[in-house]
Parts: sequence; structure tokens; C-alpha cells
Amino acid sequence: MPERKIRVLIAKPGLDGHDRGAKVIARALRDAGMEVIYTGLRQTPEMIASAAVQEDVDVIGLSILSGAHNTICPRLMELLRAKGMNDVTVVIGGIIPEADIAPLKQAGIAEIFLPGATTQAIVDFIRSRTTTPAQQG
Amino acid sequence: MSGKPRDNERSASPPADGRTIGNRERTPKFTTVSGYPIRQLYTQADLVEWDANRDLGLPGELPYTRGIHPAMYRNRLWTMRQFAGFGTAEDTNARFRYLLSQGQTGLSVAFDLPTLMGYDSDDPLAEGEVGKCGVAISSLADMEALFDTIPLADVTTSMTINSPAAAIWAMYLAVAERQGADWKALSGTLQNDILKEYIAQKEYIYPPGPSMRLVTDTIEFGAEHTPKFNPISISGYHIREAGSTAIQELAFTLRDGIEYVEACLERGLAVDEFASRLSFFFNAHNDFFEEIAKYRAARRIWQRVMRERFGAKNPRSWALRFHTQTAGCSLTAQQPYNNVARTAVQALAAVLGGTQSLHTNSLDEAWALPTEAAATIALRTQQIIGYESGVTNTADPFGGSYFVETLTNEIERGAEEYIAKIDALGGMVAAIERGYPQREIADAAYRYQVEVDAKDKIVVGVNNYLTEEKPIEILQIDPSVAARQSQRLRRLRAERSNSQVERSLEGLRKAAAHIPVAAGQANGNLMPYLYEAAKAYATLGEICGALRQVFGAYEEVAIT
Repeated sequence: MPERKIRVLIAKPGLDGHDRGAKVIARALRDAGMEVIYTGLRQTPEMIASAAVQEDVDVIGLSILSGAHNTICPRLMELLRAKGMNDVTVVIGGIIPEADIAPLKQAGIAEIFLPGATTQAIVDFIRSRTTTPAQQG
Repeated sequence: MSGKPRDNERSASPPADGRTIGNRERTPKFTTVSGYPIRQLYTQADLVEWDANRDLGLPGELPYTRGIHPAMYRNRLWTMRQFAGFGTAEDTNARFRYLLSQGQTGLSVAFDLPTLMGYDSDDPLAEGEVGKCGVAISSLADMEALFDTIPLADVTTSMTINSPAAAIWAMYLAVAERQGADWKALSGTLQNDILKEYIAQKEYIYPPGPSMRLVTDTIEFGAEHTPKFNPISISGYHIREAGSTAIQELAFTLRDGIEYVEACLERGLAVDEFASRLSFFFNAHNDFFEEIAKYRAARRIWQRVMRERFGAKNPRSWALRFHTQTAGCSLTAQQPYNNVARTAVQALAAVLGGTQSLHTNSLDEAWALPTEAAATIALRTQQIIGYESGVTNTADPFGGSYFVETLTNEIERGAEEYIAKIDALGGMVAAIERGYPQREIADAAYRYQVEVDAKDKIVVGVNNYLTEEKPIEILQIDPSVAARQSQRLRRLRAERSNSQVERSLEGLRKAAAHIPVAAGQANGNLMPYLYEAAKAYATLGEICGALRQVFGAYEEVAIT
């Protein structure tokens, strides 16, 4: 049986259209051998949670630059819990003030990658958090 | 290090005295921030095809390589125009008045994301975004507060808004009228460049066809009513921020300009009726000489386009005027004070490239919107260049430099190749629909990231020269902004004449459903309808919603 690839949903929530980061990360994760689904722009937390279920992803990567993270992230985490997706790893990349990092982690965000993070650091983190049964044996 | 391709590194001309060339260079490849190869030395031999009269000329004369004014900054400095906006209209009004009191010479409005997308502050989709990336403007009432006690006849105002640009401009014109300002005297710039939204920044609402119509409507309306206002700022800034190379930025921007000119000609306007009001907006990125060469090449290409492609006769139609903003994407969250140095170098390139106006980014912008203190340093940086550095004493100080002239030639050639390619694809709208510029930019952005990750490109404080640091103080947006805006909208909807609003929106919908015909005949220009709706205090969400009903919404096919 072929090894199941790590499945990642890259999502761009909110009204912001600056998608350079989301697209660069999508490509870097794909080059690292992961299965990447990009939602496109202007996704509500509801749309992202549904896509995560439908695509059966291991990881959700949110790209947020607009300052709307404190509204978007807690709602997404609630929706994921309600859908029983308790083991999905959610990471954020973007512009997040230091003061917001601890509350976001408390809300269940696994990691926050700030400007300057390398794509390798993101790949490594995702690998460290995802071990699928197929990969285990 | 040896084994490098010599022809890539060395000037076309080996030195006449037969000097050998050092082969211990510290890196195998020297490239600009865009990845463009730079040789070890440039000499006269690089310019054998180049003719100083034909290709350089004099400042203020064709082909405008050296700038569009004979004396350049000896007559007047560029307009120091700092982009600002956050919170409510009152918050931003206070920042504007502060900046004007500190010697800033023009205003520039940053709108929040709901406004940029045509939603009112109380729309459910606006939740969490009101007043965050700019000021929240949902109606003429907000616009009146934004410019309270600022006389629009005396300041020049730039408004960075695209899909809802025509509606926002209608509100601005209504404020001007209320202040008693003559529209003919109004000076400023509406960004209103929808093509680069599809290409790069992605703040689009409607499909390209009706969007191009709205742009054409504003250009046509402006040509008649606001002769000193720039109805469009054709922008490479966002293309570059999305990760393009300098050549792509230049090429896609100028090709967008060609697309707008063609749309206006189809409308029945004569090129010299509107071309002198077309303005441009470029990025100033880190690579000093590449940027200077880019601005010089831009002017040289545009005069040729205007004269040869469109047959413009008025010299004012030939001269490319542009605003510059230093590169936000070059700023680092790490060691943010280093950003002052980056911004100074970038701003210097813009000035040496002959910009007409300039925004310098603040040191804290990789974290948040700027604090007042950070915004002040950014403005001071421009004043230091303008008044202390001495670079403004003469026009085009780099004119005739082997390197700058060669790079100008090469960037010009690279941009023209892209322009020809987009012509062959059937124009920019067709190219966008095929994802061509989007893919070129995504590829360049990814290449750059790979280079930074591999440390082929050093970013100080990010992939080298790291230090432990404490967080800096950043601007906090008052969390009550959204609630105050919602309250204001409730009051507005209660106090205005809702039947008048409904009538104006119905008029707008009907006009939008008709295809505009050539100027001079019964005209389908939407500006008068937008103006009526604005004056009736229809909200931005209502106006853009009415047009959405007629035009539909655009969905892109995402390219990753």
C-alpha cells in the first residue's frame, strides 16, 4: 500500500487578498512531498472547517496578515471541535503581534510562524506533528 | 572562487589595458534582488549601440529617460505623501492633521479591508476587520468626518481604493462640493487600477468587463469635470509586493496602462483628452540600481507607447508621472530598527529615479500599522534626503553612467519582451484570464524564497546576523471601532431619506444594466448615478451591492 502523504489545507481567511505567502508555502509543502489543497481567497471559518473535513486533512495552515486573527482563529477551532476534528494540527503564518501569540496557542493553534520563518522550519514542524498510521507501518 | 561563467560577470568589453580580472570573487553569482545578473564592470563598450541624444536626451525632454522636468527637484521637491488610515474617520482625520502639521505635503488615504471590498462596517463579512488595515468608510457621513477642517481645494489627496473606487470618489466629490471647493481645482489621485487587483492584490469585486467599464467611466468623467485630478494610478507596487521581479513589475504595469488607454479609445475618447491624467505607481525595492534603471526605463517605454502606439500629440500625454512607495515586503519583523536604513536606501533610489511623490514605510510595518513616532521617522527620512543629502541639487545625477545606462537598456528590453508576449495573448484581460501574469509572479516569488532559505540571498537579521530582541511597541487599534461604526450606520439609516436612497440605487442599477456607448451620444457613464447615490447617503455596501447584482462577482482560479 502506498504511503499516505501528509494532507495539508492552506487557507486564506478573511477579506485580505495578499496571497504571496499562502502560495509560496503551498508550493514548498508540495515540493516537500505533501498533498496540498489551497482553498483560494476569502474563506470564512465555516468554509475552512468544511473543507478540512471534506478533504480529510492532517494539517490546516492559515495565512493571515490583516489583524483579524483574534476573530477568525478561535471560531475556526470551535467549529473543528464541533466536527470532531480534534487531532487536526492548525498553524498560522502571517503578521501576528507578540501579545496575541499566547492566547492563540491557548485556543488550540499549534504554532505561529512569523515573517522570516523558513519554509524548511514549517515543513519540519508539520512532519513532527503528523504521523499517520501508514507512515508508522 | 573559479569556474564562473565569465561572460555573465564581466562587461562586454575587456579592459583595453589587458588587466586580468580578479577571480576570487566572494560569490559565484552576482544578481539583483530580482535575480538579474550583474557583471563585474560596465564600460563604454556596453553602450556601443546606445546614442546619448536618442536614448538619454535632457531632463524634461524626449525620451524622458532623465526625468520629466528640466530642473527636476531644483524647482520643487517631490510630494511627501505618507499613506495613512486606521480606525474611524475621526481617528484618521487626527493623523492627517498631525502629518500636515509636520510638513507633509499631500494626503494619502488607506482604507480598511471591508471598505476595499465594498462592504459596510456592519456587514457580517467585515467582522474582525473594521478599521484594522486602514480607515473604515461606509458612507458620505464617514467621508465628511475624514476630511473635517481639511480644505480639499488646498491639499492633494490620494485614495488607495480600487473595486469601489468610483463610489468612493463620488463621496469625495460630494465632500468637496459641500466645502465649496471647485471640482476643476481639485488635485489628487484615485488608485482605481483594477487590473493589478486580478494580477496581484486580489481586491476585486466584479468580473473584468464591468470593472474596466467603471475605470473608463471615471477617466471619462474626470477628463470633463476634474482636469487636475488623476482618475487612475496604474500600479506596479502590488505586483512587486506579490513577489514579481523588477522587470515584471514594469512590464505588467505598463501593459495595464496600455489596456486602459485602449478601453478609453473604444469609449470614443481621443488619446490626448485623457492621457495626461494617467499616473503610475511603482515600488522601490532594495536593489538600488535596478530600481533607478526601472524608473528610467519606464519613462522611455511610455513615451514611445504614447507616441508610436497611440499617436498622442500632446507632450503631457508622453510624460510618465509616478508615485513611489518603498517596499513593504522588504521590511523585517526581526530587528525592526534596521528597516529605517532599508527604507532610506529605497527612498533614495526613488528620488534618483525621478519620482513625483513618495511614501516611505515605517519601521514597524512588518508588525502592524505604524505608530505616530514610527510614521514621523519615515517622513523625516524623506526630508533628510530632500534637504540634507544634496542629491536634489542636479537633475538625474546618474545620467551617462555606464552601469545605469546599460541596466536601463536591459530592463527596458526585458519589459518590452513581456509586453509583446501579452499583446500576443490578446491583451492583459485575456492574459489574466489565462493566469499568465499571476503564474510568472508566483514563480518569481517562490524562486526568491528558495534563495533566501538557502542563504543565497542574505536578509540581515532574518537569515544572518541574528540577535535576541525584545518586542517593539506597536499601534493598537481601539477594539470599539467596529461597534462605533455599527452605531453610526444605524443612525445614518434612521436619519436619511430611505426612499431617496432607494431611488438613487434603482437609477444606478438601471444605468449599470445598459452598455455604455461612445462619448457624445446618450451616455451610460455611471459616475453621475454614483454621485447621486453618495449624496443621498447610500452606504458603500448598498452601492457596491447594487452593482454586484447587475455585474456579478469575480471568482479567480487560484494558481499555486
